[in-house]
Amino acid sequence: MSDTTLPRPLSAVTEPRAIRLALIGLAVGGLILLVFAPLAVVFAEALAQGWLAALASLGNPDALAAIRLTLTVTAIAMPLNAAFGLAAAWFITRFDFRGKALLITLIDLPFSVSPVVAGLCIVLLFGANSALGGWLVANGHPIVFALPGIVLATLFVTFPFVARELIPVMIEQGRSEEEAALTLGASGWRVLFTVTLPNIRWALLYGVLLCTARAMGEFGAVAVVSGKIRGQTATMPITIEMLYNEYLSVAAFSMAGVLTMLALLTLLLKTALELRHADQLAATRRH
Amino acid sequence: MALIQRSPMPGLGLSMGITLTMLSIVVLAPIGALLVQGAGFGLAGLWDTINRPRVWAALSLSFRLSLLAAAFNLFFGILLAWVLVRYRFPGRRLIDAAVDLPFALPTAVAGIALTALYAPNGAFGSLAREIGWKIAYGQWGIFIALVFVGLPFVARTVQPVIEEIDREVEEASATLGASRAYTLRRVIWPMLMPAALTGFALSLARAVGEYGSVIFIAGNIPLKTEIAPLLIVIQLEEFNYNGATAIGLAMLTISFALLLAINLIQIWSRRRIGHV
Repeated sequence: MSDTTLPRPLSAVTEPRAIRLALIGLAVGGLILLVFAPLAVVFAEALAQGWLAALASLGNPDALAAIRLTLTVTAIAMPLNAAFGLAAAWFITRFDFRGKALLITLIDLPFSVSPVVAGLCIVLLFGANSALGGWLVANGHPIVFALPGIVLATLFVTFPFVARELIPVMIEQGRSEEEAALTLGASGWRVLFTVTLPNIRWALLYGVLLCTARAMGEFGAVAVVSGKIRGQTATMPITIEMLYNEYLSVAAFSMAGVLTMLALLTLLLKTALELRHADQLAATRRH
Repeated sequence: MALIQRSPMPGLGLSMGITLTMLSIVVLAPIGALLVQGAGFGLAGLWDTINRPRVWAALSLSFRLSLLAAAFNLFFGILLAWVLVRYRFPGRRLIDAAVDLPFALPTAVAGIALTALYAPNGAFGSLAREIGWKIAYGQWGIFIALVFVGLPFVARTVQPVIEEIDREVEEASATLGASRAYTLRRVIWPMLMPAALTGFALSLARAVGEYGSVIFIAGNIPLKTEIAPLLIVIQLEEFNYNGATAIGLAMLTISFALLLAINLIQIWSRRRIGHV
């Protein structure tokens, strides 16, 4: 990756200068049209009536409720997913059992299911029309059109992130360090906290980062299960849709701007992790 | 072989319990509910629900545009990966980071931003209107949104493969008298192809299911610019659970077929070149 390792381009093993410049131009131009311009538009539209209008729209009670709901959902989904990812990676890499490949495929399944179909599945299982959902509603625990449904939808779409990141790293590290600690008399939890976790902490952080970014931004699955009740079950992305459809452009893009800044922060942290701890991440080798 | 081999490692019960419980509650039970609901009204019932012009139009639109977007991303992704690995130019790191933005940016944000840009009164949309090209609120708009969400897949699967290519292979090819174009076609492309196809399939699967970024820019006119996921949402809003289930099952089946294809590509390429 570093700029010094590449030999001087020889004409036989690289393209002519004109072609190189044309290809770079195409790549940069394409990204300007598809990535940089939309980024700029978010902030330009949010600030179309100045900073005060943008900030005032974010201070609206419904907007604050949406921000609070998104943070709540993320704060519930992220640790649950991290715990699941850690448990699944431990189970899959520290034991040998039949059906391991099937289990990994099932964990990866949510990546190949449309978020809208995921939402539909949750509605069919927990909605008031189903046996289970009807019973839950009758007992005062509605899932769909309430917080638990939004959390479930978020868990579904972010399900594989942590496990996928940890499994290759833990396979590569092997079991010998943990076996040594056990032989020396350490308890299972002590092995986890003093041997395993220090070895996988950057990979864990990387997975949690991806999971958090997706959790805050999920739209399709949440749109189906949330019921879009303003001030109650409308997350930030749902609120963006409602404001946009009401032609409240500044308010919609201000909230979009907040999510965009969080996305940029995620990218920054992700890039920093990839640069500093590339050797301890699965993602930088896998993809 | 026993179902689970004995191991001195602690935490078997706990880790297996958490894994299987969460997998069941979050993923398997909801998908099972869809399958049970679908089985409830049988193949004939499902077929009657799907076999309507509006549903066919939505499914074929979703697939046609997803294929086109994935094909565009195949070329553009290889181009991006090649440029990022092989060439040095100012701002390369920024471009490299920008490729990941579609993964990080919430789809609703991408949707309204692309619409604002490519709408007839937007910055790019107004330029396009000058030459009579309508982008947003039509199929071109859907295409652009799908290209956006699938942008990183091919670039990110191909990039590490290009990094690993031994330059001596290219030198050998050149020494033996091959032209640069011949080397690219007969030496480089066979090495890139498995990863590129995997990225293509991932990009396609993502595009088929995409909802958030498309609905703002699509126009959403039945039979013309209505995508399949939107049709599910519309059926649910009308409390037509059977209709939503039938379309959902059709999409799930297609996604599984794509997943199978991805796995077959990986198995095939592993046999061919030893790794992906």
